[in-house]
Amino acid sequence: MNASITPITMPKFGLAMTEGKLAGWMVRPGTRVKAGDDLADIETSKITNAYESPAAGVLRQVASDGETLPVGALIGVLVENDVSDADIDAFIARFTAEFGQQSLGDGQEAAPAEPTVIDVKGRALRVLDLGHGDATPIVLIHGFGGDLTNWMFNHSALADGRRVIAFDLPGHGGSVKDVGEGDPAFFAGVAIDLLDTLNIGKAHLVAHSLGGAIALALAGQAPGRVASLALIAPAGLGPEINMDFINGFITADRQKTIQPVLAYLVHDKSLIGRKMADDILRYKRLDGAVTALTRIAETCFPDGRQADDLRPVLTRGDIKALVLWGEDDEILPVRQSSGLPPAVTVDILPGVGHMPQMERATDINKTIATFLA
Amino acid sequence: MQIARETLLRSYRSMRTIRDFEERLHVEFATGEIPGFVHLYCGEEASGVGVCANLTDLDTIASTHRGHGHCIAKGVEVAGMMAEIYGRQTGVCRGKGGSMHIADLSRGMLGANGIVGGGPPLICGAALSHKTLKNGAVAVAFYGDGASNEGTTLESLNLASVWRLPAVFVLEDNGYGEATGSSYACAGSQKARAEGFGMPYMECDGTDFFAVHQAAGEAIAHARAGNGPVMLHVHLARWYGHFEGDAMTYRAAGEVAAARADHDCLTIFRTRVTEAGLLEGTELDDIDSAVRDEIESAVIAAKQAPLPEAADLLADVYVRY
Amino acid sequence: MSKKSFRQAINEALRQEMRRDPRVIVMGEDVAGGRGGTSGTVDAWGGVLGVTKGLLTEFGEDRVLDTPITEASYIGAAAGAAATGLRPVAELMFVDFVGCCLDQIMNQAAKFRYMFGGKARTPLVIRAMFGAGFNAAAQHSQALYPLFTHIPGLKVVVPSSPYEAKGLLIEAIRDDDPVIFLEHKVMYDDEEEVPDEAYTIPFGEANLTREGDDVTIVAFGRMVKLANEAADRLEQQGISCTVIDPRTTSPLDTDTILDCVGDTGRLVIVDESSPRCNMAADISALVAEHAFDALKGPIRRVVPPHTPVPFASVLENLYLPSVEKIEAAVKAAMGHRVPEIA
Repeated sequence: MNASITPITMPKFGLAMTEGKLAGWMVRPGTRVKAGDDLADIETSKITNAYESPAAGVLRQVASDGETLPVGALIGVLVENDVSDADIDAFIARFTAEFGQQSLGDGQEAAPAEPTVIDVKGRALRVLDLGHGDATPIVLIHGFGGDLTNWMFNHSALADGRRVIAFDLPGHGGSVKDVGEGDPAFFAGVAIDLLDTLNIGKAHLVAHSLGGAIALALAGQAPGRVASLALIAPAGLGPEINMDFINGFITADRQKTIQPVLAYLVHDKSLIGRKMADDILRYKRLDGAVTALTRIAETCFPDGRQADDLRPVLTRGDIKALVLWGEDDEILPVRQSSGLPPAVTVDILPGVGHMPQMERATDINKTIATFLA
Repeated sequence: MQIARETLLRSYRSMRTIRDFEERLHVEFATGEIPGFVHLYCGEEASGVGVCANLTDLDTIASTHRGHGHCIAKGVEVAGMMAEIYGRQTGVCRGKGGSMHIADLSRGMLGANGIVGGGPPLICGAALSHKTLKNGAVAVAFYGDGASNEGTTLESLNLASVWRLPAVFVLEDNGYGEATGSSYACAGSQKARAEGFGMPYMECDGTDFFAVHQAAGEAIAHARAGNGPVMLHVHLARWYGHFEGDAMTYRAAGEVAAARADHDCLTIFRTRVTEAGLLEGTELDDIDSAVRDEIESAVIAAKQAPLPEAADLLADVYVRY
Repeated sequence: MSKKSFRQAINEALRQEMRRDPRVIVMGEDVAGGRGGTSGTVDAWGGVLGVTKGLLTEFGEDRVLDTPITEASYIGAAAGAAATGLRPVAELMFVDFVGCCLDQIMNQAAKFRYMFGGKARTPLVIRAMFGAGFNAAAQHSQALYPLFTHIPGLKVVVPSSPYEAKGLLIEAIRDDDPVIFLEHKVMYDDEEEVPDEAYTIPFGEANLTREGDDVTIVAFGRMVKLANEAADRLEQQGISCTVIDPRTTSPLDTDTILDCVGDTGRLVIVDESSPRCNMAADISALVAEHAFDALKGPIRRVVPPHTPVPFASVLENLYLPSVEKIEAAVKAAMGHRVPEIA
């Protein structure tokens, strides 16, 4: 393969992605880019994500804006100046032909890891267990109304040399819909049960939103099980919460009503696709889902305020912690990140809403990797 | 079989109520104040009452277009029925069913039915419910000689036997399907039909309450015990036309008069119970008088009751839509 | 979550609801099959196309009832059972057989509640397969959902995929009104991801399978799939379509249809049923009455001709709506603004 031509292919974000839409190039043809520059917006079935250049070179576009292509298909090439157009054409033709052959040879590719439903002390939880290595494992804890696919842009990136486990909280996704009292302490207990079941003594917890409160509760209950806390827009650090989001999420039952509710989650509203909304509607139709959400909301946010103040877990100072927050968070205000002990690293991300791990996946992955290193 | 005194009193009252209800409707209908079709049950009272005296509210019946008698026999409230026939909001069906669709599921009355042969399949279903829910109840289909030829009825006889349902098929044979005689319209014999479907056949004189009560009691007990369906063929006569306004030109002069004179189930009942010393004539007179008052007040109340409102037009098409 | 066929999705919905509620029973011709046969085999068929296979084994003869081939009596029995405490799911096999039992549906089950002044509940589901494409000819291929849609008191469901079928059938079984649930027989082997858990999809809420700017396509059942394929092709040609799957023809989500027509100004309706008084005609009237000003051109209907469904493949193909016919109708709806297609 010509070393001076780098293929740019349709990336795979998350496990379920089989094709993506090139929503728009962010770099004009002929522009020189370096590795890490944003190349294009790729629309997946869930959310639109920026695709960063894997290498340096001058861009030649192969696919055009709006095209939907399978994962791995050529969307462009990065070339060095001394390559002739004829060589580039030949490279593209060869790559495309070989890719076509691969696609025809169905079943050769190893099947992607799929989440499995496991028994955790009598409770069915949907779990996705990726990666292996000696480093301390990470457990990913999603927030209210979420599921393990909230980590689709982070999960495999974090699973470099370590085991990373994402799971659906009770009441969510493919897990059992009984949520007990529905408070962070209940969910923390379930997470501890999960650690036991998976034979994990101690884990780093990377947690988002209500998952943050759960991680804090877990650290409070069982500090010996927690290696560190990376909290993304966590609940539990202040009383305010956007109840229009919470109530809207519970009651909305069609695209038209759920889309404006989901828009609260992100800074760039165009990120919310109808597939993302459809997935949430599908989850909410499951028997017991709405009951579970209602229970959680009643317990965690009675009278429209957060019931649990978990700041003391951080002020105790025995657990290494990182707090990440989108400056434009419309669910939990960023000011709740202030006043934490100096030992806690707080990183505020401008131009980001409540879903930094999706809105700024690469940044978040790097920050967490550095924090854990 | 010994019949309890209370049962006798209740049954007489029920028969008398049907008679007065229907005779009064005959009069009121002629004034033009009652809308729609009305099919009267006069002369057939002992059949409905004799059968239903063996049933409880948990048992289900399905009736026919000639359904007032079955409703009263099964305990549907008379004032509500009258208001329904007058198309009033206070009617048992809120003025939306009328004479042919009076129903009260709380009394196990699955409805009069405007479709000849509409009831027997429904009764298979009700019997299936009772069997599946193991509640010990039975289901009874009343149907006429006209309906006896409907495919639905014949299919239902088969299905009830195949599934061994706790069902009784009460064939009220008044000799006419509308304006056509059953001697013309019904081929073969009803007995052979029952036997053809492998179910017991019984028959009785429908003007004799005691005969009906006895036969229905046996049929219902058979079904209730889990032994499968029974056909009970009740012979009786219709005193009025198919519907009110029918001049009955197809019936010989004197046919109805003879039935009224010689086969009035109320007269037969009175003679029988008083001669046997089971009830006093005065007790029956008291019932007659009470029923007269009840019907009178039902008619007055119905005429004064509010008409349905525009919103009723759209209500109750669905439980939720 | 796993890939399930249309057939498996329906079977799973029945199984889960039968486990959940002992009042749910299944009845119909050969829903198990084999009783009275000489081999002694039970559950020989599990329905003529195997949709109810295995239910007899799990739930027994009291809850999975084979019927004689007497539609009037067993559909009527289902109605009577529904009015008296059970929640029957009766299978009519081919919807064409409704000719044998329409009275029990139209005059009995559908009307109990209204006739009885709101005092009846009839939680009955009648499942039947419908549609052409199997060379099953005139008496086994009709798309009769407009017939049922016409009758007040009935709800009518026409699922378009395995996911839709499971959620809509569970909704149907839990619904307290009589529901006609129509399964396109060509779709039984279609597969997609379907949750393992029970879930419900509400009636009367259309699903937009895609959103576009130029033309609104309303399609029913299997036609949704064809409409999406046509929309894919049209997108390559610069025409973007909204595709509406109403899911239920009664209740019908008229708001969504009118909203989308308001946005695109053009409407194509794809309906496999006979053209007179079908859903395409009904929706055309709706739009003509309530969104006439939004229309930029005539409404186009992709419907079969007013003939019985023919037998020979060549004729059946001519009869049925197709991706090509939908594509052509959308282009026609676009009028002269359509770019020339070579």
